[in-house]
Amino acid sequence: MEKNGYINSSNGARTGTYTVKAGLAQMLKGGVIMDVVTPEQARIAEEAGACAVMALERVPADIRKEGGVSRMSDPQVIRAIKEAVTIPVMAKARIGHFVEAQILEALGIDYIDESEVLTPADENNHIDKHNFTVPFVCGCRNLGEALRRIAEGAAMIRTKGEAGTGNVVEAVRHARSVLGEVRRISTMSADERYAYARDIQAPVELVNETATLGRLPVVNFAAGGVATPADAALMMQLGLDGVFVGSGIFKSGAPAKRAHAIVQAVTHFNDAEVLAEVSEDLGEPMVGINLDTLSEPEKMAHRGW
Amino acid sequence: MPLRIGVLALQGAFREHIQRLEALGAAAVEVRRADQLGKLDGLIIPGGESTTMGLVAERWGLVNPLRQWVSQGRPVWGTCAGLILLADRATSQKRDGQTLLGGLDVSVNRNFFGSQRDSFEADLQVAGWNSPSPAVFIRAPAVVETGPGVEILAEWSAPDGRTVQVAVRQDHILGTAFHPELSGDLRWHRLFLDMVEAGAAAQANRSGP
Repeated sequence: MEKNGYINSSNGARTGTYTVKAGLAQMLKGGVIMDVVTPEQARIAEEAGACAVMALERVPADIRKEGGVSRMSDPQVIRAIKEAVTIPVMAKARIGHFVEAQILEALGIDYIDESEVLTPADENNHIDKHNFTVPFVCGCRNLGEALRRIAEGAAMIRTKGEAGTGNVVEAVRHARSVLGEVRRISTMSADERYAYARDIQAPVELVNETATLGRLPVVNFAAGGVATPADAALMMQLGLDGVFVGSGIFKSGAPAKRAHAIVQAVTHFNDAEVLAEVSEDLGEPMVGINLDTLSEPEKMAHRGW
Repeated sequence: MPLRIGVLALQGAFREHIQRLEALGAAAVEVRRADQLGKLDGLIIPGGESTTMGLVAERWGLVNPLRQWVSQGRPVWGTCAGLILLADRATSQKRDGQTLLGGLDVSVNRNFFGSQRDSFEADLQVAGWNSPSPAVFIRAPAVVETGPGVEILAEWSAPDGRTVQVAVRQDHILGTAFHPELSGDLRWHRLFLDMVEAGAAAQANRSGP
């Protein structure tokens, strides 16, 4: 998997290697990455124990409500959020929009989310992520999609879920699909894996690597609809490495308290007594949307391929 | 009896440390609560976000038990975020400061090497080792000042020409700014297990007849 990377001639340091890109995701494990739209929200997230923030102009719930074309955030917004905190800052680029990604890299963003939450810029191609020093996270619904993104250079994977709904059902569906398929290929013979790789349209090398490891070759987070500490712990118990929370925090009644509670829930995801304690008295959760009231074109998870 | 090593599992890359320890025949235990610290011979504070770990530790009353661990002379190793938490002094903290455990007489600059763009791999010369150690630095801190009792195991010249310390030891405390649990150079885990073994022997001598 070792590709690209740049060598500093003065001290021999190698930047932008795949180990370094995937390494930051390793450090985020067991943590919560929170969507924020202002420096103040970023500070609340940091004080609540977020392991990173996603700098945005609008959270997915508002993108959904307001409609229109949704693009990379204004660099000024991103810079202000980056100034406000010491934890890693991520930002979203549109699917296939490699120039937005170049701009985010120039801003010194720590991770780029090539995200279906924004309006796709290319309906055939995702970004060639090997071309960048900054690492990428990408969404997926199933193992084939996850391995295609890794083949393109993604150093971290997340479920797509259905962003901005406060409904965890799609994230559960995608997590069950990926993790179930990983378990299945671990029991396949080598010849069966060739046919399987063809069926899910993924490189056979990555199918084999995944089968040998018994997990994805990169860190795998939950995203898209997580709204409560119990939702977060559910995703952890299903076997994911950490959690993105988008609209769920700052669209709720008591953001600081809820943010703090979700952080504790991800550390103590197997301890029901702790989960009971942190779930108490969190105020109103975000209202949420039932998926069967969304028409197919309104669903973001279908974006990307 | 294999050595029992706890790995603080509040957030971050604790699983990789556990795999390395097990590869060397030690028994590794995830630590999330204070009552899990009792029966351990050594403790690793892994990489991750030091602010997250500090805040979660505070919430569940782990900060004082961890400080006691360090002050009682029990063996502890901090990698990256763990090094920050063990430092007596840290700069470039978040706005309201952050919880440190302290014990290691050094000043650490929290994001010395910058953002993820500047994260790097390098071959590190280590005092007394006959081949360089492959090291992975992820948004890494650096030691910028060491007290008199601190032994410097490895240094690095930063792009700006400054020389900083990236591996240090003070009695029972080991600190590395990089991630041996990612590079797979087991010599660092071996070094720590040797420190733990020496600590256990000294303990047995003190409490013996």
